[in-house]
Amino acid sequence: MANQDVKDIAGQDYKYGFVSDVEADQIPKGLSEDVVRLISKKKNEPSFMLEWRLKAYRHWLTLKEPTWAAVHYPKIDYNGIIYYSAPKPKKKLASMDEVDPEVRATFEKLGIPLEEQKMLSNVAVDAVFDSVSVATTFKKVLGEAGVIFGSFSDAVLEHPALIEKYLGSVVPYTDNFFATLNSAVFSDGSFCYVPKGVKCPMELSTYFRINAKETGQFERTLIVADEGAQVSYLEGCTAPMRDENQLHAAVVELVAMGDASIKYSTIQNWYPGDKNGKGGIFNFVTKRGKAAGPRAKISWTQVETGSAITWKYPSCILLGDESVGEFYSVALANHYQQADTGTKMIHIGKNTKSTIVSKGISAGHGQNAYRGQVKIAKSATGARNHSQCDSLLLGDKCGAHTFPNLEVGNTSSTVEHEASTSKIGEDQLFYLRQRGLSVEDAVGMIVNGFCKQVFNELPLEFAVEAHKLMNISLEGSVG
Amino acid sequence: MLKITDLHAKIGDKVILKGLSLHVKPGEIHAIMGPNGSGKSTLSYVLAGRDGYEVTSGSALYQGQDLLTMAPEVRAREGVFLAFQYPVEIPGVSNKYFLKAAYNALRKHRGEPEMDAGVFLKFIKEKAKLVEMDPAFLNRSVNEGFSGGEKKRNEILQMAVLEPKLALLDETDSGLDIDALKIVAGGINKLRDPKRSVVLVTHYQRLLDYIVPDFVHVLSGGRIVKSGGKDLALQLEKEGYGWIEAEKAAA
Repeated sequence: MANQDVKDIAGQDYKYGFVSDVEADQIPKGLSEDVVRLISKKKNEPSFMLEWRLKAYRHWLTLKEPTWAAVHYPKIDYNGIIYYSAPKPKKKLASMDEVDPEVRATFEKLGIPLEEQKMLSNVAVDAVFDSVSVATTFKKVLGEAGVIFGSFSDAVLEHPALIEKYLGSVVPYTDNFFATLNSAVFSDGSFCYVPKGVKCPMELSTYFRINAKETGQFERTLIVADEGAQVSYLEGCTAPMRDENQLHAAVVELVAMGDASIKYSTIQNWYPGDKNGKGGIFNFVTKRGKAAGPRAKISWTQVETGSAITWKYPSCILLGDESVGEFYSVALANHYQQADTGTKMIHIGKNTKSTIVSKGISAGHGQNAYRGQVKIAKSATGARNHSQCDSLLLGDKCGAHTFPNLEVGNTSSTVEHEASTSKIGEDQLFYLRQRGLSVEDAVGMIVNGFCKQVFNELPLEFAVEAHKLMNISLEGSVG
Repeated sequence: MLKITDLHAKIGDKVILKGLSLHVKPGEIHAIMGPNGSGKSTLSYVLAGRDGYEVTSGSALYQGQDLLTMAPEVRAREGVFLAFQYPVEIPGVSNKYFLKAAYNALRKHRGEPEMDAGVFLKFIKEKAKLVEMDPAFLNRSVNEGFSGGEKKRNEILQMAVLEPKLALLDETDSGLDIDALKIVAGGINKLRDPKRSVVLVTHYQRLLDYIVPDFVHVLSGGRIVKSGGKDLALQLEKEGYGWIEAEKAAA
């Protein structure tokens, strides 16, 4: 009976599934060299950007879509996608007041108040609507600290030297099918530069929203922390409910110089599709950080509850001696969602250290795969890695898979891998119900307990949000 | 408080309870003893509403209401508490958080507001003293890495916090050394109340040295075959269950 009760928990609708009525400046569907040129032109980019995009596009034409991930989806028609969509009017916005009221209303509905006076928390937000960045808050305060934070488009125009130096330095345009496509057509994203020795005075955040129909979102984020700098950054994402699948192929590059640290947190809540697996975002994302100097630190934390398909492996290249890489992940696959996610830790410098904690939750017909690589180069003497991969199954129609890959190139390094798979127990459920908790609260409590180690890594205000999001995402066919 | 009449129950095709009757009044302590496989744990689970146990006939009234049709969580909120023989671990959920959620679920059911976090903390620290539990345990994950004795003490702590009207203690003495047994029994004794009934399921007499029952019942073959006062337990300890079986056969 209890099992049936679990199945009967009423599904709650995806609460971010609304569509905003915003007039958009769109280009026709399809991809060609002309489209790449048009995007670059619309953004008034300097010639080095156009050249880079074109090289990427030409390279992309030689690539085949990868098939190694444990995900299944219908063939994507890359000529059926609109590669550029921006809310009108597209002009330089001098203040928040000039943002389209509909766009502002959308972000307010999402709980992202753009108006600085309304900001309660000390978080600077860059908001990306469809393809372009529409507003950045707290730009002035950050400017006083010497921190550059804003849309990628603005950075290309205002800080071309920094962009030219770092763009593609971690994820080159030749990297992989989706990253290469992104390099050719990315329309906006966020850029952040924290100068030497500066500790960024507030949490930075980017909020991504896909609104328009049949558009793809290709944003690019680049964060550079110069020597001794520190920054913590969070991205959030949502999309309307639509029957067709939409493509999201983003790239995030992080560069941490010596003694610098970057903490990058993601709460990914793209529309996951409905209960029967119709619609939802295809999330094919390349994220990589380079710990370029000694004692640099890159830390990834992700809570992945959305998307029909998630394909992402936030990775660390540990180049500097004694540099540190971390990956903390919670991935939930409910209904017909598929997640293939994990990390790569590439140890090159001496005494480098990495930690991997992955928590996969599968419910309904969801399929969840952890895919990870730990590579210790010959040069990385004294390197250490610890990996822990735990899977939790809710019901008997879902699946959990683990694909760890360890390569150790020297004899002085230590690599540890722990893995566990458990099923949410009838005995755990009964125990909590016998203490007065409803089935729903009991499941939520068990799952949140399972995720705790990862949630603890999130900035406090977002940890609370992740907790709630997990409970909402679990509702529906748990059992 | 609890009136069980001619209760029959099975798991799958296996019939375990075959016409069990028991009447427990407020404030009474009843000990249910019996050999392995006699249906002691089944009785606790059926009363608490565990999945997989099917009641085929008979009734169980709790405060005049039909207990058997209530969902397990509703029984709990109405004041039925089961101290588990094997308490489960809930990793990543602190004991404190768990107790608070359970306690507030109870208050909500009674139409009372949630208790403030600070007040609640003082409240549970006070309760922890009843079972001589180090407050550090309140911050640890529920039962995770607890010894057998610590788990049982944690059960009694939960009982102290939730203040049930009917407590079912399932082999609470099993796996305890003598010191732990004294602490657990001491905790239960402190919770004795004229309005609180206790049904103590146990295999051995030794727990009854510390918790003196008003009645002792012998469960055998899914029915209560003999009832008496606390002396019955001593007789069972000395002579085993064989003579009851023989007496039953003779009858």
